[in-house]
Amino acid sequence: MDEKIKLPEDAFQPVGKDDKLDDEKIAAPSRTFLQDAWHRLKENKAAFISMWILIIIALFAFTSPITAPNPNSANPDYANLPPKIPGVNINGFNGTSIQGGQRVDQYKANNVPESKHFILGTDYLGRSLGQRILHGTMISLLIGLFATLIDLLIGVGYGIISAWKGGVVDLVMQRIIEIMQSIPNIVIMVLLLLVIKGGILPIILAIAINEWTTMARLTRAQTLQLKSQEYVLAAQTLGESSGKIAMKHLLPNLSSVIIIQTMFTIPAAIFFEAFLSYIGIGIQAPIASLGTLINDGQRNFQFLPFQMWYPAIVLAIIMIAFNILADGLRDAFDPRTSRH
Amino acid sequence: MDAEKNILEVQDLTINFHTYAGTVQAIRNVNFHLKKGETLAIVGESGSGKTVTTKTIMGLLANNAEVAKGTVKFHGKDILEMSEKELQAIRGRDIAEIFQDPMTSLDPTMRIGRQIAEPLMVHKGFSKSKAEKQALEMLKLVGITNAEERVNDYPHQFSGGMRQRIVIAIALVCYPEILIADEPTTALDVTIQAQILDLMKELQEKISTSIIFITHDLGVVASMADRVAVMYAGKIVEYGTVDEIFYNPQHPYTWGLLNSMPTLDTAKGQLEPIPGTPPDLLEPPVGDAFAARNPYAMKIDEEQEPPFFKVSDTHYAATWLLHPDAPAVEPPAEVVRRQKIYQERLSAGTINQGHIHSKGNTAFAGADDDDAIGE
Amino acid sequence: MVKYLARRIFYLILTMFLIASVTFFLMKLMPGTPLNNQAKLTASQIHTIYQQYGLDKPLWQQYVTYIVNAVQGNFGTSFQFSNQAVSYLIGSRIGPSAIIGAQGMILGVILGICTGSLSAIRKNTWVDGTANIISILGLSIPSFVFAILLQYYFGLKLQLFPVAGWGGFASTILPTIALAASPFATTSRFVRTEMVDVMGSDYIELARAKGLSRFGIVFHHALRNSLIPLVTVIGPLAVGIMTGSMVVENIFSIPGIGEQFVKSILVNDYPTIMGVTLLYSGLLCLVLLITDIVYGIIDPRIRLSGKGE
Repeated sequence: MDEKIKLPEDAFQPVGKDDKLDDEKIAAPSRTFLQDAWHRLKENKAAFISMWILIIIALFAFTSPITAPNPNSANPDYANLPPKIPGVNINGFNGTSIQGGQRVDQYKANNVPESKHFILGTDYLGRSLGQRILHGTMISLLIGLFATLIDLLIGVGYGIISAWKGGVVDLVMQRIIEIMQSIPNIVIMVLLLLVIKGGILPIILAIAINEWTTMARLTRAQTLQLKSQEYVLAAQTLGESSGKIAMKHLLPNLSSVIIIQTMFTIPAAIFFEAFLSYIGIGIQAPIASLGTLINDGQRNFQFLPFQMWYPAIVLAIIMIAFNILADGLRDAFDPRTSRH
Repeated sequence: MDAEKNILEVQDLTINFHTYAGTVQAIRNVNFHLKKGETLAIVGESGSGKTVTTKTIMGLLANNAEVAKGTVKFHGKDILEMSEKELQAIRGRDIAEIFQDPMTSLDPTMRIGRQIAEPLMVHKGFSKSKAEKQALEMLKLVGITNAEERVNDYPHQFSGGMRQRIVIAIALVCYPEILIADEPTTALDVTIQAQILDLMKELQEKISTSIIFITHDLGVVASMADRVAVMYAGKIVEYGTVDEIFYNPQHPYTWGLLNSMPTLDTAKGQLEPIPGTPPDLLEPPVGDAFAARNPYAMKIDEEQEPPFFKVSDTHYAATWLLHPDAPAVEPPAEVVRRQKIYQERLSAGTINQGHIHSKGNTAFAGADDDDAIGE
Repeated sequence: MVKYLARRIFYLILTMFLIASVTFFLMKLMPGTPLNNQAKLTASQIHTIYQQYGLDKPLWQQYVTYIVNAVQGNFGTSFQFSNQAVSYLIGSRIGPSAIIGAQGMILGVILGICTGSLSAIRKNTWVDGTANIISILGLSIPSFVFAILLQYYFGLKLQLFPVAGWGGFASTILPTIALAASPFATTSRFVRTEMVDVMGSDYIELARAKGLSRFGIVFHHALRNSLIPLVTVIGPLAVGIMTGSMVVENIFSIPGIGEQFVKSILVNDYPTIMGVTLLYSGLLCLVLLITDIVYGIIDPRIRLSGKGE
């Protein structure tokens, strides 16, 4: 083992302090927490694609007042027309449907002018389903986003106050949440909608009012944990006001919990809107939402399946994309529970 | 060395971990052996590859680990070549392990009697009642008071020290040939630490098992080990008998470790930490991995990896300082003090050099190094 | 434990009382009466009807009467079916709801446990991927869409099961599947997360170090530890079943509570709405209480710390 090894003359020169190897060098690039989360999210293909799908859907939906200005213009002559895309001759998209065992061109049968075509067909009042879906998607998204926003404001505020005050205040506030949570949320929404009928705003309120408890509980738990952290104690000792501490120290550290929960709340809100509209106490005619469109469509599902399929597919894609994105965000913010 | 007595031989073991950031070379060309009845301590900072080494011996490497090279021979049979079935037969029966944190290593929803009995049921085909009866005996053996009553308790009803005793009972219930103790006392109070170490020594004699003792705490090593291997950045840099490592260390890293360890004699309050941090194993440095933190570094250290130089039959160190052409350097004062003691003992003939563990030696290590316990 | 139980039951009663009160006053705020549709009635006729329902008394008297009656299980007379007591109406409809609800819950939870644990054990394989896709679909596709599709394809097209109606086990199959989707998805995802967590824990590593087989590790250690927390989501799952039953019963024409609830909402049948609200809330409170107790029984950590209290 210790046979003579030939070595250069100066091999045993001591190395000065200066030309020492840099031992503090870290091979992996250093990133902030948010950059790291973003990087992990990008790595997650499904979540990243979902994010883009949602952005595209939102773009289509929110430009619909310009691109699809007449979602409510009815024309009985054009009722229940199947989809027709000019130049495409595939059954289902060429304006034909089966009637009495034979494939009939419904556009000809109803004397629809050559130039007129409905890409996604029409409903029982002859309204363009494509326009209604775009419009309905916008309404559904709006309700989901606003309900979530309210939910966020109430829930986060409630959670922080409850945890920060502690003691009796916390106890009472937690009891209130417990009581709220022992009522099935659908019942709360139904009751509220019976009192404040119709319109978009009541629905937003009704949905927000029963979704905030989860956000409040999560925020409270996280705040309690943060409250005992040294930097918060230090800020307190230095005499910073509670409000300032909440803004400067708590909110940034709560952000990941809030973002993740928000992403789970939006699809839940969209679902409840659709549900309420479906059972008939949500959005009222003639305004379209994905829920009312599905409700309208299911009546003729046996004969004109596209009338339900299209809005249902849009709703499902939105829900799936939000859920996958939420999963991805959770994994990105909390690598411990990551699937990878 | 007597090959037949080596129940475990690790040769040229090299393990890489594939991570997002790249390939981490966790262990590089590690060699060591374990004889029947002896205790081998593997000492090093966190991240030096100690735990990876033990996981390899247990066949419990993570999925992203790749054994690039080497063999781990248990009674001449390579563990790395074994099927999962064969490994299962060895784990818990021939090779058992004690984990670092007793608070999390017991199943919270299973009675402890059953947890201790499990290996007996799996490996010896004992019936449930027979296995639990023996589990009770084991529980008494590890010093749980009221064992009869407590055998049906759940883990959370025990203190940390008691839980570690239970973990030891689980590990030893099949009388394994090798016990791997991965920092078994790190998570415990100092007083409890001493009790657990005493218990392990006592049980080792009773059931004559070999122990691989993983620690970052040299103080613990002095009272436990027969031989010591010092690991740094995935490599063994020095190994020898406990006396040789403690009183005649050769590698500057070992010097650093000893120098940063409190003893009653270093009364002046001068504990010198080793400056810097271990290298990133994504790109291990060329040459001696310790060079960057080594105050005695020479040019060659940055260019070429040092081979092992023989100090005695049992003592080897991988440092260029042992090269015949290397200049003599003055080790830290603490090390000089220790080496002086070594010379005295050597001439008095009370030192163990190259022979396995005599009674006198135990007394020596125990008596003179009690001061070294604790961190 | 007794003290804890007593406190929980006290809160349950308090909650129910609060819900009853809030429901009552909300209903009083509501626009429209059941008589709106019969505008042709004379003033005296309306008065008689009001008397019949006790609507002519002062509000607080109506409230006291309502609460006293509610405690005795009497929720008044339905507006919709003028001579049917709400309690009778509910009683006659609870059977079908209970059957499909329980079936849906059991089916969903059992399937969810299987997929979730399989997915955790085979983490990051195609099994996991498929299970993940299915549970995301289950979570994302609204129950009413799923129910309509089931009805159309398995009832109408393939004629494997009755399209709608109530009678015999066969008629419960499609509604059960429709209801099971949401608890299935939730359970599967929950169990997977729990199990992945448990599989990475030290005690599973110790179980491996003991030489246990994969099977032994999963069945003796991992499953138990990941299923115990599942008890805590039974409450939310029950809510999902209630929500789902409203549309599923409607679609399959099942004479159950959910179908009645939706009908009552659409015709402003307040006594029935209040009755069903209380029934749903009471059920949820009971489920939450029971799951709490069960959790205490099956988790040794809670069981024993409760004893010391």
